Amino acid sequence: MTSPSADAVVADRLEKRFGPTVALADLSFSVKPAELFGFVGPDGGGKTTLFRILATLLVPEKGSAQVLGRDVVKDLWELRRRIGYMPGRFSLYPDLSVYENLRFFASVFGTTVERERPHIAPIYSQLEPFKDRRAAALSGGMKQKLALCCALVHRPEILFLDEPTTGVDAVSRREFWDLLADLKKAGMTILVSTPYMDEADRCDRVALMQAGRLLAVDTPQAIALSFDRPLLAIRAARRYPALLALRESSHAHAVYPFGDTIHYVDARQGEPAAAIAAELRAFLIARGFADAQVEPTPPTVEDSFIARMGAPEGTRAA
Amino acid sequence: MNAELAIDAVDLTRRFGAFTAVDGITFNVRAGEVFGFLGANGAGKTTAIRMLTGLLAPSSGGATVAGHDIARDAERVKRDIGYMSQRFSLYEDLTVRENITLYGGIYDLSSRDIRDRTKRMLERLGLEHAADQFVRAIPLGWRQKLAFSVALLHEPRVVFLDEPTSGVDPITRRQFWEMIYEAAAGGTTVLVTTHYMDEAEYCDRISIMVAGRIGAMGTPAELKTQFSAESIDDVFVRLARPVAS
Repeated sequence: MTSPSADAVVADRLEKRFGPTVALADLSFSVKPAELFGFVGPDGGGKTTLFRILATLLVPEKGSAQVLGRDVVKDLWELRRRIGYMPGRFSLYPDLSVYENLRFFASVFGTTVERERPHIAPIYSQLEPFKDRRAAALSGGMKQKLALCCALVHRPEILFLDEPTTGVDAVSRREFWDLLADLKKAGMTILVSTPYMDEADRCDRVALMQAGRLLAVDTPQAIALSFDRPLLAIRAARRYPALLALRESSHAHAVYPFGDTIHYVDARQGEPAAAIAAELRAFLIARGFADAQVEPTPPTVEDSFIARMGAPEGTRAA
Repeated sequence: MNAELAIDAVDLTRRFGAFTAVDGITFNVRAGEVFGFLGANGAGKTTAIRMLTGLLAPSSGGATVAGHDIARDAERVKRDIGYMSQRFSLYEDLTVRENITLYGGIYDLSSRDIRDRTKRMLERLGLEHAADQFVRAIPLGWRQKLAFSVALLHEPRVVFLDEPTSGVDPITRRQFWEMIYEAAAGGTTVLVTTHYMDEAEYCDRISIMVAGRIGAMGTPAELKTQFSAESIDDVFVRLARPVAS
């Protein structure tokens, strides 16, 4: 038995509605100290509602949540000093400079940028060359680094980052995740949400979130491996026609584009992948795709997400 | 200018004061091609798209889009292109049908055309049941598919899609791309921006903008070979942060 306070976050049957819309339905999970925990899923899945509840900004209708052993409804004033929250929408002052924004957030928590400089240095050093620039004039990636810096300036014990990489280019996204990895190494507990499935691999554990529910909570490796049907990757020069042809093959369960390949999921659980590959190759050659290459491929978190959403219906052409 | 080219940009440049946002880019897109227009935040993509859609005059150089000169014939460019973005596409306080009618009116379609095309569009999307619902009440994924169809309502020769799939679930994202393929197979030229690097692989050709210039251009396979990279993501990282990586 572990005591409830051993976990950094415990959510127990959280529920939240907005009128007829169920934003969160019966959500339970826990996050360990110093864990980098990701909520992965599309817009409208409930990520923002959940983060606002955990950050004490919204009250759940049912269920409860504890952060750092404190109740998010009863102990909000204590929690607000101890948590760092980065909202999904850019919430800094666009007309203030980088330095002025940081100084403002420090002063709200009764401290100064100078006093906090040592622990924000790894991030602030990247911003310092632009410290007199108006926040509005920063690039997308830099804005998010500044927002992270502002969320960290009062030395919180836990971070809630709501979609910090949305709309940010692929390179800046990588850099942002590198910063999170460093913070985690230093002992920070981090809850982060993202619509990008490939970012799941940067987390210790992830919760797949869709329509207010958790589809799965586990390590990214375990979620990928939970995919339980034969999966093959197909390459062909005429890709879209090949994809349409594959949907007509006898045992196709789901067929969808995936990076520079097509992913084909077979309906026959337990059928050896090599046998399916040979079968598909013959099928594609007969359909005029002489150049088709078919290989078994390891499933990813995204394949698993698609399968859990109910792939057969969804992979029909729109 | 070549009639087969849907977009033909030569030395296209835009300066804002001392800052050169787009620095002499030259590229073309063939009719029916799906062209991925990539680049880091701030690399100049949005400025280039605003010029190509006739919303912003170039400082020097120029381009033709759908056969019209973007500087001299901006109004004809606008009539022959479609545009949608993640940020703005449909009016949330109008119903699905009202949105389609509004756009049809803007593009001067006859009432009969609007009626026929609305019917066909709703059937294709399986949205007949939602025709009289407010757009804000339908799920994001459907909204984006509807917005794309509306951008194609007046049968433009070229359509510009600015981060059309941002925040959309992985299944709907793929359905969206199938709609792109279908449009391209019908001869529509598609220029698309995205931050999903797997979607870059779905394009016939891509360009990657770095600091106002085109840093690389080619088919996804060519670029991976050229940069000895496993994925477009790797190509992108090498180009955008040559020193750091």
